[in-house]
Amino acid sequence: MMNYFKMAYRNLGRNRRRSLLSALALSIGLALMLFIASFYEGEMRSSMESTLRLDSGHLQIRAADYDPDKLSVAWEYLIENPGQVAEQAAKLNQVDVATPRLIASGIVAVGDQSAGVEIMGIDPASSASDPYRRLTSGQFLTTDDREGILIGYPLADSLGLKAGDQLNLLVNTSNGTVDEQFFTVRGIFTTGTTTYDKGIVLLPLSKAQAFSGAENRASIIFVLLKDREQAGALAAALESSNYQVETWKDLNEILVLMEDFSNAYLLILNLIVVGVTATVIVNTLVMSVFERTREIGILTAIGMKGRQISALFLTEASILALGGIAFGLLLGWGLSAYFGRVGIYFGDLGMTGFLIGDRIYTYLTLSDSLYLTVMTLIITLFASLYPARLASRMEPVEALHGSD
Amino acid sequence: MEVAKLTDVTRIYKIGEVETHAVNGITLSIKSGEFTALVGPSGSGKTTLLQLIGCLDQPTSGQVVINGMETTGLSRNQRADLRKGAIGFVFQFFALIPTLTAYENIEMPLLLSGKGNGKRTQRVKELLEDVDMTDRANHRPDQLSGGQQQRVAVARALATNPKMILADEPTANLDTENGEQVMEIMKRLNKETDTTFIFATHDPRVIKYATRVITLEDGKIVKDSKEA
Repeated sequence: MMNYFKMAYRNLGRNRRRSLLSALALSIGLALMLFIASFYEGEMRSSMESTLRLDSGHLQIRAADYDPDKLSVAWEYLIENPGQVAEQAAKLNQVDVATPRLIASGIVAVGDQSAGVEIMGIDPASSASDPYRRLTSGQFLTTDDREGILIGYPLADSLGLKAGDQLNLLVNTSNGTVDEQFFTVRGIFTTGTTTYDKGIVLLPLSKAQAFSGAENRASIIFVLLKDREQAGALAAALESSNYQVETWKDLNEILVLMEDFSNAYLLILNLIVVGVTATVIVNTLVMSVFERTREIGILTAIGMKGRQISALFLTEASILALGGIAFGLLLGWGLSAYFGRVGIYFGDLGMTGFLIGDRIYTYLTLSDSLYLTVMTLIITLFASLYPARLASRMEPVEALHGSD
Repeated sequence: MEVAKLTDVTRIYKIGEVETHAVNGITLSIKSGEFTALVGPSGSGKTTLLQLIGCLDQPTSGQVVINGMETTGLSRNQRADLRKGAIGFVFQFFALIPTLTAYENIEMPLLLSGKGNGKRTQRVKELLEDVDMTDRANHRPDQLSGGQQQRVAVARALATNPKMILADEPTANLDTENGEQVMEIMKRLNKETDTTFIFATHDPRVIKYATRVITLEDGKIVKDSKEA
């Protein structure tokens, strides 16, 4: 075995540049796949994180007739005594936080400019409101603030608003009319997701209830769990005739579908990349077989069997593959670590159905690294069976005449 | 003792529609310890005959028996096994593995035969001494002259103590001095070890070493002289 290794290593050294370039092709292929995997993982994590923390939560308890598309605050769509319901939900062991939220549609007007927004009444004291606490200016809301409003940075930017400025907010009320009031911009927040921040304004829940005429009602109870995988079981336990309970999977069907679709898409992409790089290795080995026909003849003449010649070429392929993989792993890890730290800025991608942060931070998992490494190695070695077989099947006489 | 026996052996090569009888109905017996030259003009069938005796090729018809074993029905692996233990080769071109040193080239057949490390080392050292290449043991082929490479090839051919060594134009690419040196070594080893040597050549300076000269023409034996 040691002798195969020694011979294979020296054979690769004969045409060092070609061997290095072949291994490098494999390295770049693997690094590219690792980077793509880490980018995708980062994107999915960002998307999942943003969507769950900002939009859907892990569970939502809603009135039986609630329709999220209408953004209506008509009483029949709302939960009564939401504080009590949230309190009961929060008592469950699996629940991290449960907080009522009122969601209404409205328009922000400043001078002759206006923008349609979602008005969300939140409990400023709840930890579920933490994603809004990152302020570019001003202060966060307090529970009893009656005139203050929190707006997102892109909305403030487009309307030319800053902390302390006044804006006119119109709301579709519970009885189907429109009400309006001037609010003072208490603070300007950024969640890092422009798509989300440009279309929402935040009021303290009690103020939103009073302003919209919802009184002591809320649209949803927003629930975050200690472990989101328990959502299904908990939803079943909470389900009743008065409420519908939706899990994060129900609420983010597009995101879950996208994850499945992307996995299939990534697999195809990976197979293409590995296929191309394996072809480079195979090409190198096939060239090597044809260059060394006489040598194969000599080895056969002195008694080397076909499988031993195969083993020699497979050892060469293994050295190329392992060398290429080792460097590719370093390169891929390096790239992923760098962009995991500084991120890649995309800004507002304008996608609907799920939220993605403006900056995507790559995230390379151990399982992705292992999976891609093993797949690259297996496919490369599998492809190398062809040149190995080609060499092993050479008739000694033909091989000895091969390079005369 | 008979090391090779060929009975009515024919080897036909087909190129397109044209059939060439490279070896045409040869019957031949080679005894242990012979130092036999196969002579004849180019295309007379010397190399093909050597390849058939060496089990590198198989006859179209006829029988080839090596060390008492019928070889015509053997598989590729069985023929490889037979070559490994019973036959050594020296080729016209200096057929060494370019990435291995002189020592490693000689060691290769011993490795393939599964010899232990200690026995291998001892045998390689003996052979290097036999061909006067001890001081060049760690040189690679490209660091050796043609004559030195051919001496290493002879040592490699002898490594497993085969009964028979087949040499195809072993001096063709050597100058007179180196050619004579290689022939002297082969002759000496023939005498010392009783190994059978069969070499194809058309060089009259080489033929003088032979104890038997077989002349071929158009794939047939036209003359077989026990003494040159």
